Amino acid sequence: MAKTKKQPEVPAIGAISKTLTGISGLDEITLGGLPAGRPTLICGEAGSGKTLFSIEFIVKGALDYNEPGIFMAFEEKAEELKTNVASLGFDLDKLEREKKIRIDYVHIDRAEIEETGEYDLEGLFIRLGYAIDSIGAKRVVLDTIENLFSGLKNEGILRAEIRRLFQFLKSKGVTAVITGERGENSLTRQGLEEYVSDCVILLDHRIINQISTRRLRIVKYRGSVHGTNEYPFLIDDEGISVLPVTSLELNKDVSSQSISSGVPALDKMLGNAGFYKGSSILTSGTAGTGKTSIAASFANATCLRKERCLFFAFEESPKQIIRNMRSIGMDLQKHVDKGNLEFYASRPTLFGLEMHLVAIHKAIRKFKPDVVILDPITNLITIGSVSEVKTMLVRLIDFLQTEQITVMFTALTLNNIVNEQTDEGVSSLVDAWLLIRDIENNGERNRGLYIMKSRGMKHSNQIREFIITDKGLDLVDVFLTEEGVLTGSAREARLLLEQTGEIIHEQAISRKDRELSRKRKVLESKIDSLRSEYESAEEELNKVYVEEALKKQIMGDTLSKITDLRRGTLSMQEKSTSKKGKK
Amino acid sequence: MEDNGSLNPDNGTAGEHFNLRLFIAGSSPVSARAIKNIRDICEEFLKNRYTLEIIDAHQQPLLVRDENVTAIPMLIKKTPSPKKRLIGDFSNLEKVLIGLGIR
Repeated sequence: MAKTKKQPEVPAIGAISKTLTGISGLDEITLGGLPAGRPTLICGEAGSGKTLFSIEFIVKGALDYNEPGIFMAFEEKAEELKTNVASLGFDLDKLEREKKIRIDYVHIDRAEIEETGEYDLEGLFIRLGYAIDSIGAKRVVLDTIENLFSGLKNEGILRAEIRRLFQFLKSKGVTAVITGERGENSLTRQGLEEYVSDCVILLDHRIINQISTRRLRIVKYRGSVHGTNEYPFLIDDEGISVLPVTSLELNKDVSSQSISSGVPALDKMLGNAGFYKGSSILTSGTAGTGKTSIAASFANATCLRKERCLFFAFEESPKQIIRNMRSIGMDLQKHVDKGNLEFYASRPTLFGLEMHLVAIHKAIRKFKPDVVILDPITNLITIGSVSEVKTMLVRLIDFLQTEQITVMFTALTLNNIVNEQTDEGVSSLVDAWLLIRDIENNGERNRGLYIMKSRGMKHSNQIREFIITDKGLDLVDVFLTEEGVLTGSAREARLLLEQTGEIIHEQAISRKDRELSRKRKVLESKIDSLRSEYESAEEELNKVYVEEALKKQIMGDTLSKITDLRRGTLSMQEKSTSKKGKK
Repeated sequence: MEDNGSLNPDNGTAGEHFNLRLFIAGSSPVSARAIKNIRDICEEFLKNRYTLEIIDAHQQPLLVRDENVTAIPMLIKKTPSPKKRLIGDFSNLEKVLIGLGIR
């Protein structure tokens, strides 16, 4: 009764006070937890996780919120319960010793009991009241109170007492969780929901195509907004994780920082930069086109930048991937050892799609990667329909974008007719889409890569041949000829052909050169001979002139000599010649 | 767990000694009725060979828990075996006798 003091704590009109459960994800869906100081009903089929849910509520309360709790078990003995949850790392014995929790096993054996008249359940109230007061409990779990109905016959009394019990819990100011088995046409077999009017949570365990998925839904939460969807949840070695999926708004922060794809030639195609940080990239192609290699190369580049990468492998084991990538010159083991790279391998059929999503979520939250790779998403199809996979991926992309994590999916296109559609229909969701297709030509198969889209980025529209060498991945230009696109050996042949052509061409040119020079020589020699001919002609001509002149002179001389001779003496001769010259 | 078994050595006829423990809650009418009824029955059928311990649950909550008491009034027949629990105000004599194994 001392707890009634808590009553004034109830906040202003319009808002009800809530108690954080500590169960990951649930507090987001309920926007703050379960209604404080009131009972909440958790119902579900056998094995849907009710007990675990409620024990986690108690343990988390004791550990994280300093709220001691009472676990009243009607089904399992305290020892059984302790053993069952020990695998989750909950040490109930220790908590009990520290007076943080108290477990009370209430057992009613019908064979042992004889009803002899009027009675009530005061014994239960006393036990509960005493337990609450002894450790100052703020939380109470009754798991599952319906078992009373199998122990006691008088339903009228039971119903009245249960109603009184809820009143009692409210008056104690404890936040209570009551579990109930799901009935045929009602939420619980005994209609407990009619007593608990504040908050009802339904757990479900569905099996579709032999794969089970656990889901949680808030059927009712009086006085509070809450998520109304069915939320998948996961039970693993850390307890329950509920996945609060899809924020409905599209108002995420974006980054214009870009990160390398790990293939320099591919970065060049993507406007010289690579992918945007926080974007989603789809790499699709037919079998054996090297999708995983591209993904691994991206992972490798990420780790080389000293960033963290989480690799979800749905097809190959981590060891297999590491070995295979070593053959193309990538040492992923190094990054694993350093802790920059982590593989998360699971068979798609291990559990349902939603569970995968929860598991992926959890792994991401734990590892805090910069880059996430899912290889391949197509394998998820085996456990869900196309639309389901799409919804799942929408949620995943949504989550990753809010966390500013870059994600690369690989997808297998199942047919050779590349119809520019991925089977998952995620192509519209992703920011960048690399398509690798087989180019079959001349009896061989080669890979062609092109960028279908890359949002907000100038990107090449060219098809490049994608080659995988033992040094890594590379893209080379393909040959576009009149015969079509040439790749592989045809490209090599073409290259060779062109080289030969060049040599022949060069040869031809040099031959022509030589011919020309020869011709020149011929002409030159011709010119020479003509010149010498001309010279000789000129000489001839000159000779005539000279002769003529000489003749004239000689004739002149001779004439004067004759004249002189005619005139007289030799001395006279000399004078007369000089006179003659004057004339 | 106090047992006054030797207080009433039986007078021989029916043999076994009955160890009974009755849990009641305060002075509610049902509790008072239960005490009266069970005393009458014991006196009539188990004269001199029973021990009846009456416990107020409010006073001994730990015992309530240890004895796994839920409904009240509850009579626990500790001996002779089989162990039995009788709940209610013992107004149905037939059922009380069946429960105690007398009939």
